[in-house]
Amino acid sequence: MDSFLLISVVKAAVVFAVLMTTLAYLQWVERKVIAHIQVRPGPYRVGPHGLLQPLADVIKLLTKEDLIPPYVNKPLYLLAPFLAITMALLSISVIPFGPTIEIGGVRTWMQLTDLNIGVLFVLAVSSMGVYGIVLAGWASNNKYSLIGGLRSTAQMISYELPLSLAIASPLLISNTLSLRELVERQAGGIWSWNVFHGPFPQVFSFIIFLIAAFAETNRVPFDLPEAENELVAGFHTEYSSMKFASFFMAEYANMITVSCMATLLFLGGWVAPWPARYGSSLVPVAIFAMAGLVALYHGSRPARRRDRYSLPAFGILFLIAAAVFLLPIVQAWLLPLFWFCAKTGAILFAFMWVRGTLPRFRYDQLMGFTWKFLFPAAMLNLLVTGFLVAWVS
Amino acid sequence: MSDSLVPGITVLEDEQADTGARRMLLNMGPQHPSTHGVLRLAVELDGEIITKCRPDIGYLHTGIEKEFEVKTYAQAVTLTDRVDYLAPLSNNLGYALAVEKLLGLEIPPKAQWMRVMLVELTRLNSHLVWLGTHALDIGAMSVFMYCFREREEILKLFEMFSGQRMMTSYIRPGGLALEPPRGWAQRVKTCIDAFPSRVDEYEDLLTKNSIWMGRTKGVGFISVEDMLDLGVTGPMLRAAGLKTDARKDEPYSSYEKFDFEVPTRTEGDVYARYQVRLEEMRQSVRIVTQAIEGMPPGPWKAADQHVVLPDRERMKTQMEALIYHFKLVTEGFRVPEGEVYQVIESPRGELGFYIVSDGSSSPYRVHMRTPSFGNLQAVPRMVEGALIADMIASIGSMDFVLGDTDR
Repeated sequence: MDSFLLISVVKAAVVFAVLMTTLAYLQWVERKVIAHIQVRPGPYRVGPHGLLQPLADVIKLLTKEDLIPPYVNKPLYLLAPFLAITMALLSISVIPFGPTIEIGGVRTWMQLTDLNIGVLFVLAVSSMGVYGIVLAGWASNNKYSLIGGLRSTAQMISYELPLSLAIASPLLISNTLSLRELVERQAGGIWSWNVFHGPFPQVFSFIIFLIAAFAETNRVPFDLPEAENELVAGFHTEYSSMKFASFFMAEYANMITVSCMATLLFLGGWVAPWPARYGSSLVPVAIFAMAGLVALYHGSRPARRRDRYSLPAFGILFLIAAAVFLLPIVQAWLLPLFWFCAKTGAILFAFMWVRGTLPRFRYDQLMGFTWKFLFPAAMLNLLVTGFLVAWVS
Repeated sequence: MSDSLVPGITVLEDEQADTGARRMLLNMGPQHPSTHGVLRLAVELDGEIITKCRPDIGYLHTGIEKEFEVKTYAQAVTLTDRVDYLAPLSNNLGYALAVEKLLGLEIPPKAQWMRVMLVELTRLNSHLVWLGTHALDIGAMSVFMYCFREREEILKLFEMFSGQRMMTSYIRPGGLALEPPRGWAQRVKTCIDAFPSRVDEYEDLLTKNSIWMGRTKGVGFISVEDMLDLGVTGPMLRAAGLKTDARKDEPYSSYEKFDFEVPTRTEGDVYARYQVRLEEMRQSVRIVTQAIEGMPPGPWKAADQHVVLPDRERMKTQMEALIYHFKLVTEGFRVPEGEVYQVIESPRGELGFYIVSDGSSSPYRVHMRTPSFGNLQAVPRMVEGALIADMIASIGSMDFVLGDTDR
């Protein structure tokens, strides 16, 4: 019992620390990705290639004046960001990142807790997250915030329907609500993943899930609640300092959650695309070795003076990482983790790519899109999947 | 909402009053990301639908028209830059043409062609800023960066010609301010040759994008009759089907010698305005190319020594030239008594300069008929009954500059 408690605390601390760092660096990655789409360098001043920018941002946000406007509804105004960030972080607790891990003779799952209704838990908690935005919009007593809050209420409730329906189809195939078992049913390779899996490949529900996820997380092209050019900053107009940062982190945490969910539900979680005996375990080694060699090559002919030291340092780090992936002791848990991060990262990249490319929907078009197209499509998909599953079994 | 929503401070007091359960008064601007400067819109909302909208202008009023009266004709050029700060050279040209009409001054062909080239580059510059900010308003933020990348090249050209990126004051009564720099033709050509492919790039991102079409098609419609009543000119009018362009209708500065089209659409919505302006950019590229290729030789300023400053070389060596230089710089040139109205086609529409001279060396009165002021009158008719998002798209498509509106 004591060891269970200890392990849980350690796991919670590790997940929290990793998640917070990821949140900070996800924002750095996003700024870089969008900057490169827009032919500019992005953060560049703080640290090499702006790598310390997240740290600077955190310090800035922590030390900013924490302003509470006099006309707000104070209890709800203070509750809103707290609710948003709490709900966003809570859903991570049931997400499995990999299979069992053995450290010092202790075997444990790479997951905080394995609920047998994990999928429902994530849905429920993410629905609660809407309250943060609605309350922020209402309690701010600002007209832009109010419109933003109203928009997001309608939007998130509407998009939750196609989202849930899209999730239902892979659940029919896998016949479980536990996220860990869901992945175990998809073991074996790319053709066992729910996206491509027979009897009915879930490509459509994957796409519907992604579209609805964009709307759930208030990302472009569905970022109407905070449409900067219409509503200044939308529901968080009146928030500053760490309260603003809470909303900001909540948005990114939600992005991570839905990306993890997409990976677990449709892309086979931590399962490699093809079995290890055909060399899938060498993919990370190849990627890191390649990155290391490229960095070393450019370090040997530096474009700027400091590249002479920074690039070889990174190159050696990448080569060490490549070597670590060859060690049989760590391979058992590092490889699944790699595949999980790679798949989640690919989806996160799609989020950023879309943000750099698409304009924004109009409010009525957004609602029309979900009710007239997305919802019937998800319905139909579920119906067909249900029939096929019944027919096969 | 009472009629005290008519612009003024009273609106804010009125806002506190009970406006009924369903209506909300929203004050957009003057500090708002999408009002392009310091426009203030008092908007009455029913949910997301705008029931009433009153634009409130004047936050950038700088008294430029009055300032003209205490400057000499040559000094006043610098004021015209600051009216429409996105199209300084167009304003320079309008003013210079008006003064030259009063003086009865003949401008050598090279100066005229240089002016046409520079003004078309200005049109590109202005349209780029419009496209970038308009796309940003609708949420496509990469287009903004791409447009500013190209604009940077054009600003570098302006800097090469005049030493300034924005407040150029390069076109002056009597010709140009300075001799065109060495190698200008090559540099302008390099920049302009790459331009059509850049326009294609914007079109790839927007023209057939279904979200973009959904946001712009059928939005912000206003009929030709209404626009003529309100004094709307320029691309907005052409997007509704009326082919008016001062460059064709009343050619100035040898525009009649250039071969270009005046693009029109008939829909009169935001999308049509977008298409018209994009096509105008392609036409401007054509004009600039023709100007470079057919640039006539000769002097770049008029020969009249009573108006135009003498060359540096002559001023340093000849007594007469030195006296003229001194007289022109200290008291300026005198303009015969009379009044004149000169129209040009600025990137935004019809820009008119009305100058009254009392025979002295500074104007008695200068009035500008600025396109932004006329175009802005269309806001209420375009947006009432539409959604907030449509209002943003509509005012983005109008391409007004508040400096131009308020003067």
